[in-house]
Formats: sequence, C-alpha cells, structure tokens
Amino acid sequence: MLEERGQPGRGPAEDALVIAGERFGSRLILGTGGAASLEALERALRASGAELATVALRRVEASGGGAVTEVLRRAGVRLLPNTAGCYTSRDAVLTARLAREAFDTSWIKLEVIGDDRTLLPDPVELLDAAEKLIADGFTVLPYCGDDPVVARRLEQVGCATVMPLGAPIGSGLGIRNPHAISLIVEQVQVPVILDAGVGTASDAALAMELGCSGVLLASAVTRAHDPERMAEAMRKAVEAGRLAHLAGRIPRRFHARASTADLGLADLSPAGG
Amino acid sequence: MTAPAADAVAVLVNGASRRLPAGTSVATLVASLGRSPQGLAVAVNLEVVVRSRWEATLLGEGDRVEVLTAAQGG
Repeated sequence: MLEERGQPGRGPAEDALVIAGERFGSRLILGTGGAASLEALERALRASGAELATVALRRVEASGGGAVTEVLRRAGVRLLPNTAGCYTSRDAVLTARLAREAFDTSWIKLEVIGDDRTLLPDPVELLDAAEKLIADGFTVLPYCGDDPVVARRLEQVGCATVMPLGAPIGSGLGIRNPHAISLIVEQVQVPVILDAGVGTASDAALAMELGCSGVLLASAVTRAHDPERMAEAMRKAVEAGRLAHLAGRIPRRFHARASTADLGLADLSPAGG
Repeated sequence: MTAPAADAVAVLVNGASRRLPAGTSVATLVASLGRSPQGLAVAVNLEVVVRSRWEATLLGEGDRVEVLTAAQGG
C-alpha cells in the first residue's frame, strides 16, 4: 500500500499514517518492553498518543499472564505482536503463526536477530522469513538495518513497511547514519518507520525530518527517568518533525544570510566618516 | 505408544516435565493451567495447534508443548 505523501497546508489531523490500507492518526508506535510496571506503561501509552504498540510472545509463566494485552485494550491501543528473540527464519515464522493464533491478527513486526551482542538484524534470515509469512497471508513490518538495498528487497517481496534502525536496539545512540535513512526514504514507496536507537526527543524529530513516516521506540520511553513525560516529549517530537518535513526546511548555507532587508537602513556613520 | 504404563504419558510443558493421563487433550492441559484460554497460543512439537483443534489434539509420550501469551516487549 502506498502511503499518501503529506501535502503542505494539510492539517496534521488529516495527515494519517497508512499501513496496508489502515489509517493511524499517530505516527508514533510504542514498544512495551522495559517498563518498570504495567501502571507506568499505561500512563506512558496514554501520554504518547500511540495507536499501535508491540508485544512479545512468551511462555505463560514468564509473561505476567498476558496482562499487557489488558493494558493495551484499556488504553485503546492496537496490539502489534513481534518475533523478538528469534535468530532464524524458521523460529520467526513459527512465532508469527503462534502470535496470529493468540491475538487474532495477521500483522507481525518481524525481527530476526543476528547475534545477542549487537542485536542487529540478520538480513538473509529476515528476507526469507518475510517471503514465507507474506505467502502465508501476513502483513509484515520488518525491523531491518539501515541498508537501502535490503530495504528495497523487503519492499519487493511485499512487506507493508520497512523499519530501519537508527542505532542498535536499546543503545539510545540516535540516528547514526541519517544519509542511509534518507536514501531508504527516497527509494521505497511503503512507509519507512525508524525503529530502534532513539534516545531522546530530538532523535525522533530528526527521523521525521528525514522523511520517515513514523517512529517506533520503546526503551527511550520505558527506561526514561519519567516515562510518562518522555512519552509526551516523543509525541510532540514526532509531530514537530513531521510538520517540519512537510513545511520544507531552508537550504543549508556556509555563510550568513540576513533575514532583514538592507533597504532603508539608517546612515548612522559619524559625519564625514 | 510403547510406554509400559498405558494410563500415563510424559510430556514437556514449557520446558517442565509433566505426567498426564493418557488421552489428555491440549484443551484439557490448557484448562489445567488455571487461566483464561484467551490470548494463548499452543505449539506441539514445533507445530501450531489452532484453537479449533485443541479438543481433538491428544498429547502423546515425549511431546513438547509450548503454551505462550503476550509479554511486554519490542
């Protein structure tokens, strides 16, 4: 599905994020991992304005009894299951099918990790899993590296979005390669959602200024000193970055350019000077 | 199948060994966990068992069962 490119002059209320034909008023997607408590998570979710939030699939004994789904339901936030913790296409495909069974949704945030030190995506396994899941009727939102070629391949096999990282998961290092993100935005038609690496509000704003269609973040909010306040900051940053992108920034210049015209400037030089 | 005690089977449920009466279905096992079946998914031997098959799927000797649900993540 093509996302409608924002038009200058359109109000933010009409500027929806469209994923696989479904519209979202908020361009911020929240991950639920890392929150100190479900109460803190619920407050952060509400402050973020997010309409979509990720959850993982775990054994019932280790999951808090699935209570996180109740939090999402109360906050009116749609659940997006992920395949966090999967290292192979086989594991990710099975996890996605289990998630579809548990949550009655064919949407999946596809994560296939290469190693536990960097948590960087494995592009070979990722592409393989994406193809298999799409053939099985899933709407696939893949977490990927910031490689424009991989992003293009993911779009070609039918992914609903591409979700390149700004920096490794949980690192808070921001967008390490803004140029690569710009290239991805330029080269794919599906929504580009910056996923992972955001540390603070300016990182989220930058993603949107670069032309991303949305931002997915978890730790930056859930592990902040005040998650609720950071969630509000992220909401505003995503909105501000989006508006700035639509408004069109001025070109960078090496030297200054006065904003005030010289015409009519008083002559204040000493007489005969 | 070849187990001497035909009235019980040994299975692995979320990594823990359990002995269950022979003929125990996935539905019965899930009910024994004492939680709402809503939001749960079950795999037996790495295959998804869809909800509509829980009653009809009987657990056998050595089966590996995973019972999963939502957790905070991502």
